[in-house]
Amino acid sequence: MSILVNKNTKVITQGITGKTALFHTRQAVEYGTQIVGGTSPGKGGTEVDGIPVFNTVAEAVAKTGANASVIYVPPAGAAEAIMEAVDAELDLVICITEGIPVLDMVKVKRYMEGKKTLLVGPNCPGVITPGECKIGIMPGYIHTPGKVGIVSRSGTLTYEAVHQTSTRGIGQSSAVGIGGDPVKGLEFIDVLRLFNEDPDTEAVIMIGEIGGTAEEEAAEWVAANMKKPVIGFIGGQTAPPGKRMGHAGAIISGGKGTAAEKIKKMEECGIRVAKTPAVIGETLVEVLKEKGMLEKVITAPVK
Amino acid sequence: MNIHEYQGKEILKQYGVKVPEGRVAFTVDEAVAAAKELGTPVVVVKAQIHAGGRGKAGGVKVAKNQDEVRTYAEQILGKVLVTHQTGPEGKEVKRLLIEQGCDIKKEYYVGLVVDRSTGRVVMMASEEGGTEIEEVAEHSPEKIVKEVIDPVVGLTGFQARRIAFAINIPKELVNKAVGFMQGLYQAFIDKDASIAEINPLVVTGDGEVMALDAKLNFDSNALYRHPEILALRDLDEEDEKEIEASKFDLSYIALDGNIGCMVNGAGLAMATMDIVKFYGGDPANFLDVGGGATEEKVTEAFKIILKDPKVKGIFVNIFGGIMKCDIIANGVVAAAKQVQLDRPLVVRLEGTNVELGKKILNESGLNIVAAESMADGAEKIVSLVK
Repeated sequence: MSILVNKNTKVITQGITGKTALFHTRQAVEYGTQIVGGTSPGKGGTEVDGIPVFNTVAEAVAKTGANASVIYVPPAGAAEAIMEAVDAELDLVICITEGIPVLDMVKVKRYMEGKKTLLVGPNCPGVITPGECKIGIMPGYIHTPGKVGIVSRSGTLTYEAVHQTSTRGIGQSSAVGIGGDPVKGLEFIDVLRLFNEDPDTEAVIMIGEIGGTAEEEAAEWVAANMKKPVIGFIGGQTAPPGKRMGHAGAIISGGKGTAAEKIKKMEECGIRVAKTPAVIGETLVEVLKEKGMLEKVITAPVK
Repeated sequence: MNIHEYQGKEILKQYGVKVPEGRVAFTVDEAVAAAKELGTPVVVVKAQIHAGGRGKAGGVKVAKNQDEVRTYAEQILGKVLVTHQTGPEGKEVKRLLIEQGCDIKKEYYVGLVVDRSTGRVVMMASEEGGTEIEEVAEHSPEKIVKEVIDPVVGLTGFQARRIAFAINIPKELVNKAVGFMQGLYQAFIDKDASIAEINPLVVTGDGEVMALDAKLNFDSNALYRHPEILALRDLDEEDEKEIEASKFDLSYIALDGNIGCMVNGAGLAMATMDIVKFYGGDPANFLDVGGGATEEKVTEAFKIILKDPKVKGIFVNIFGGIMKCDIIANGVVAAAKQVQLDRPLVVRLEGTNVELGKKILNESGLNIVAAESMADGAEKIVSLVK
């Protein structure tokens, strides 16, 4: 089992004829993801690599039975693309695009109220269920099928965590990059809830960073609801206040959103926090050993 | 992106938000001429820098006649103001706002931000004008009122009235305050602001509701649709290296330490600063070369890092995903040769084609220290710069 995506997920790529979209669509196909179609207004009726292209998402869904989409379109059109996917009643939309104006996302979130679609991102690496389905820009080969869930605001730190677990023989049930923007789709709590309910996830790694209070809220939720061990890491312990650290959402403002506050709250809520990004895997092993769960999560040979 | 107070006030004026009459001045003579033009007995001379706390640092003076305007303008122009927001090095004042004085009855606070947890724009207001909102939040949070705004209908009249009554705006001025708040909200939305703070909003003796100060920040992701805002950018207010980096689409932020960092991905870049600090070093910068780094980008990143004279060594930390390690290694080698690197360089590579990448570094003939892991790399660079 897994969360959000699996071998039965049928995906369309919105803006499939763009260079980045096409590159990552090919990588996904190679990984084994069921890419059933793509959209590109005006190019409906054509094909790329044998994948049918449609003018609209609604048409692509009607003709292919897709239940998920991935968006690589440039920032100016990305909010529209999300709304088009929501309107077509897809179960899941993953928006990779970085640089969407925040007020566009405010509108998108309002538009999504009361609708069934789940959104992951924007400004995220995507979602992968190792061995089954890869949607996004993460390198597939570092992943191993397994039982540890990963949720993160950062792309490359997700890869670090995946790598540090895979090399210890610990595979991942699913890895979800929720993205670095301040206004986004799924938050930590939403993903933690899914992992909590997933029978094949035994433990979770949660990687946060400075800015906002989503980690604190998630930590409280974990203390109250989570049945599985969670270990964490927070990036930006040395970030100066008032500066935006690359991600639009990574900023300490008015003394709030510091790494120290987040780490303190997480530890109070029973989440062991790795001291450095280099020991995320080690910290997980340490916690699982203490709980006598390590054997259970080793699903592959140690590299 | 930040702009100056006087620029912010000009924008607000277009939305019917009342501000004192004022002129910008770049020289002392311009300041005196502006005061003459304004014609009021009392004018305020205000330093224009992109930082708060100007009053306490001596950057705001009330002049009772033109001689005083000259004296104050001479004092403030060219002065380096050090406030709690400028850092210890301070900021040099190059522009003044000369503004009509007004008869303040009471000061309030009104601000707009994008709230992450609701995903909406929120208006905050308080009767404690003139004090920083963070301070009010800490000491008397009950004095802050908030309204969450639905983007479909905007800030409604009843919400603005609720705020006006809650912060005790005199009832005969409530309608003016409502117009003020709705104008402020419209400006925020139309111009893609990320923060709008009016601190203080004042009620005057002649029954006006006015913005005495204005702090507007804009969403840099939305500047592509606001050339009129981009035109207000003041490069004097920004770090030279950060400007250079933005030209090459590199995300760079200058810090105080001596270890230059070059990393792919914002999260990993932040975490790299943290691990350098953990092993006793001090990062000189945050630098994310992005997912699609080319040889050219890596070279430019090196040049920018080395422009900082404090840098005693460089730590390159790359997790190659889609971007392959051999490409990064080639970029590092080319860059190190081109800039004739004379300081220690530690490189940690992991991910796609890592063996090939390491081979390229080893065979380059350059003095590059290879690190086995992120922790190993951080330890090595810290000991090399000591």
